[in-house]
Amino acid sequence: MSETTTNQQKPTAVQTTGHAWDGDLQEFNNPLPRWWLWSFYATVVFAVIYWFLYPTWPVGSSWTKGVLSATFTEGGKQETMRWNTRSALLEDLQTGADATRQREYFEKIAAADFATIQKDPQMLAFVNQAGKRIFETNCSACHGRGGQGVVGLFPNLVDDDWLWGGTFKDIQYTITHGRNGYMPSFKGTLNTAQLDDVASYVLSLSGEVQADEASARGKQIFEGPVGGCYMCHGDAAKGIKSMGSANLTDKIWTLANVPAATTPEAKIEAVKAVVSNGVINVRTMPAWDGRMSADEIKLMAVYIHQLGGGQ
Amino acid sequence: MRHENIEVNSGLMIALIMVVISIGGLVEIVPLFYINETVEKVDGVRPYTPLELRGRDIYQREGCYLCHSQMVRPFRDEWLRYGHYSLAAESKYDHPFQWGSKRTGPDLARVGGKYSNQWHVQHLLKPTSVVPESIMPNYPWLLNNDLDYSDIADRMTALRRTGVPYSLTQAEYDANVKTFGKTVADQLDISQAQDNLLKQARTFNYDGLPNRVTEMEALVAYLQVLGTMVDFSKYDEGYFAEFR
Repeated sequence: MSETTTNQQKPTAVQTTGHAWDGDLQEFNNPLPRWWLWSFYATVVFAVIYWFLYPTWPVGSSWTKGVLSATFTEGGKQETMRWNTRSALLEDLQTGADATRQREYFEKIAAADFATIQKDPQMLAFVNQAGKRIFETNCSACHGRGGQGVVGLFPNLVDDDWLWGGTFKDIQYTITHGRNGYMPSFKGTLNTAQLDDVASYVLSLSGEVQADEASARGKQIFEGPVGGCYMCHGDAAKGIKSMGSANLTDKIWTLANVPAATTPEAKIEAVKAVVSNGVINVRTMPAWDGRMSADEIKLMAVYIHQLGGGQ
Repeated sequence: MRHENIEVNSGLMIALIMVVISIGGLVEIVPLFYINETVEKVDGVRPYTPLELRGRDIYQREGCYLCHSQMVRPFRDEWLRYGHYSLAAESKYDHPFQWGSKRTGPDLARVGGKYSNQWHVQHLLKPTSVVPESIMPNYPWLLNNDLDYSDIADRMTALRRTGVPYSLTQAEYDANVKTFGKTVADQLDISQAQDNLLKQARTFNYDGLPNRVTEMEALVAYLQVLGTMVDFSKYDEGYFAEFR
């Protein structure tokens, strides 16, 4: 310490502030570094230019609007209005470089029919890129990032089994208007033994369990007036598209978690639970009309169609 | 004033520092109160119903705002991901507002109607069961806890003091009928709060449990109304730009 003190006491060109603490502790009065000072002046100049260009100062019940403007089209006519974040956004959405490039492709999609899009590698590449993003933003929360769904809750989109139809038009309709799947609860209608029988029959349709006496009794309930299951699932239990009823003859299960069950008894329990509780307020898909544009929905119909099992 | 006088007098220095710092705040905040166009004039924005209000309280209790903002900003990327940018009018009855700037999770300003009630219930119970890559914690108690709505009238009365038009008197009720229509005005009537809360819970059954009113019920009711009050198809986009 004493060495530095002696150093500081040497006479230098720089003035001190004139203060002295603890007898000998002094403070140089160096000028501000030039680069710092000029940067500071530059920010002042920037601020003044900014005041002229952008909305800034409040004046009475209004504010200075700035001289910049943004141009956008609304209701078929072009409007130029003062710049603000909202008018700038409109301009960006309509004539920004990214938006313009994207619109080119969306217009192509809108103009083409589904079969053409499916055969055009360039359009399909765009569908895959844009569709992936839109899917992740809107659809993946329920259907999973890859469209695999959640067994028991949300349908799988990558297999070739469709509740509401898997053609382009069907998928487009489903996205636009949403869906509301419903199956009544059979808790009060069927007793436990009957529920067992129906579950056995349903599982025997896809060979999950061997057909036996129980399933034969279940068939009576399924096809008869007691259960009346055929009314929605169809005579052949293959499901009816307009009702969104499941095809029960394949090994694809979306509500009853049959694949996870290892024993025939567990499989019957899984199916029984669904028949017993019904499907009430569970299979509700919101309508995306309004949240997505018609072009986006069309694009998504193609994207989802080619995820796996489009018909 | 000599610089030294300030430097050696800490009381004066504190006072002057406060004056200097408050200028920044005053310049930014005060004009908002007398500039006419701060809050957009739009139809549809209404105070929360009693059930939604309890949901909002639970939203705050659980600290959802720590990870989720409720403010879609006017940029193209946000527009594409979340939808229409938020209006000041849409949070005029929020005390406190939930804008936020921390987005560990996605913005929720337009989440209403985006997913089904069933999804919200499942997602709140265990987010990874529907979104495997999610880092959001589980909130299983929301479905176990019955909703305490005994003090709903007090909660609405408190908000009424901050200027939210929940009605106590006939005159206030009549004014609400004029502003919002009868259906909404009934929901804002503090004396009917409990009945309204139970009726909404029974009608919509947000939590999927028909015989119970859980905290989940209130929270999902709140989430499902977020960002849905203004019908944007009724307005030209340029209209909103006029307010800025």
